[in-house]
Amino acid sequence: MRTDGPQDAGRGWDDVQPIQGRPRVPSLFEPPNRTGAYESQTYESQSYEPQSYEPQSYEPDSNQMDPDGAPAGDGDADRDWVGDAIPSRPGGRHGAHDRKAPRGRAGKPGRAPQGRAASSGQRGDRDLVRTGIRGLGQTLITFGLIVLLFVVYELFVTDLITNERQEELTEELLQNWEDDPTLGPDLPGGGLSTVPLGDGFARIRIPAFGGDYVKVVVEGTDPDELLQGPGHYVDSAMPGELGNFALAGHRVGKGSPFLDLDRLMPGNAIVIETAETWFTYRVMGDPASGDFGADPSGIPGQQIVSPEDVQVVFPIPGADNADVDPTAAYLTLTTCHPKFSAAQRLIVHAVLDGPGLPRAEYPNGPPALTEN
Amino acid sequence: MYTWIWRILPGGLPGKLVGSVLLIAAVSVLLLFVVFPWVEPMLPFNDITVE
Repeated sequence: MRTDGPQDAGRGWDDVQPIQGRPRVPSLFEPPNRTGAYESQTYESQSYEPQSYEPQSYEPDSNQMDPDGAPAGDGDADRDWVGDAIPSRPGGRHGAHDRKAPRGRAGKPGRAPQGRAASSGQRGDRDLVRTGIRGLGQTLITFGLIVLLFVVYELFVTDLITNERQEELTEELLQNWEDDPTLGPDLPGGGLSTVPLGDGFARIRIPAFGGDYVKVVVEGTDPDELLQGPGHYVDSAMPGELGNFALAGHRVGKGSPFLDLDRLMPGNAIVIETAETWFTYRVMGDPASGDFGADPSGIPGQQIVSPEDVQVVFPIPGADNADVDPTAAYLTLTTCHPKFSAAQRLIVHAVLDGPGLPRAEYPNGPPALTEN
Repeated sequence: MYTWIWRILPGGLPGKLVGSVLLIAAVSVLLLFVVFPWVEPMLPFNDITVE
């Protein structure tokens, strides 16, 4: 604080200048006069006196002492003791920067008590305001830092958590498949899944997102499940079944499985791997023109809907009700839209392309995996 | 508050610096792995399902 800039010196000087139009203190060297000047003020001089919080109790000492230009020995000792924060110029305000200040009090018992009282009262008033503002400022800064940290959490830390969980899930899933190849969804036409919530039961690969894009799909779409990876709407069809195999996934954070869903074009492959079978779905629409709405069924390859539009996960996407018997096997991916928002949902519809291929015959996946 | 913390941290300047870093780290870990996961489901911007 000793090295504060000129404006601080100015503020400090202000302390011994006439304040707010009051008569100037006749002499800096006469504490009683200073005292008188302060006492003449209309502040509620005594009202804050009982407060013992630290800065104000020190400041009168600092202020009275400093204009003299003759700080007492004990004052110097105090300054050394409290480190850098106490200015030696007329700048009692700076004492407020330093809560260590009260230690100085005990060292100066002989100061004029009246002067201290009145001055302290006035100080206390301003200190109260200053403390309040400072407290508010610190609170706001703290709050801002917490919000920033939350952003870091959402964007990065959740990725770590999800990626770790995905690795565990992959291990479990492959182990399960190895132990019992018949494990997995009952096919076809089983309807309701028998997979316990939160368990992985399939893997999704999207070649358009890169050869390394592979996520374990878990059962359920509650936050706990979606933290682990793309989640399967529990009452939607299972992979390869007639109906709608519907998945939800996070757009940003938590592994961001569906971050680039908007970049999927008609004809892009979405490959689902189950215990025994590869299923290749393709985004609906016309691959040549890129028109999402070109499918004769009327189901668009991509659409943006409001969060209440549950028709997108009906057995026939977009149908009037959920009871219509499906005639094709669809895949629906849902995520939030736009990025960083939950105002809308980005929906991608795909349809099964050909029969499922046995994993036994295609250990490295269907041709669609390498077509890009 | 921060002034008060800084004042009660022991060990001179190096000690205070180390103590500050440790405190910041502790608070960050607490926020990142306890508070935020707990508070997150109550916030609206993680809704990605249609319902």
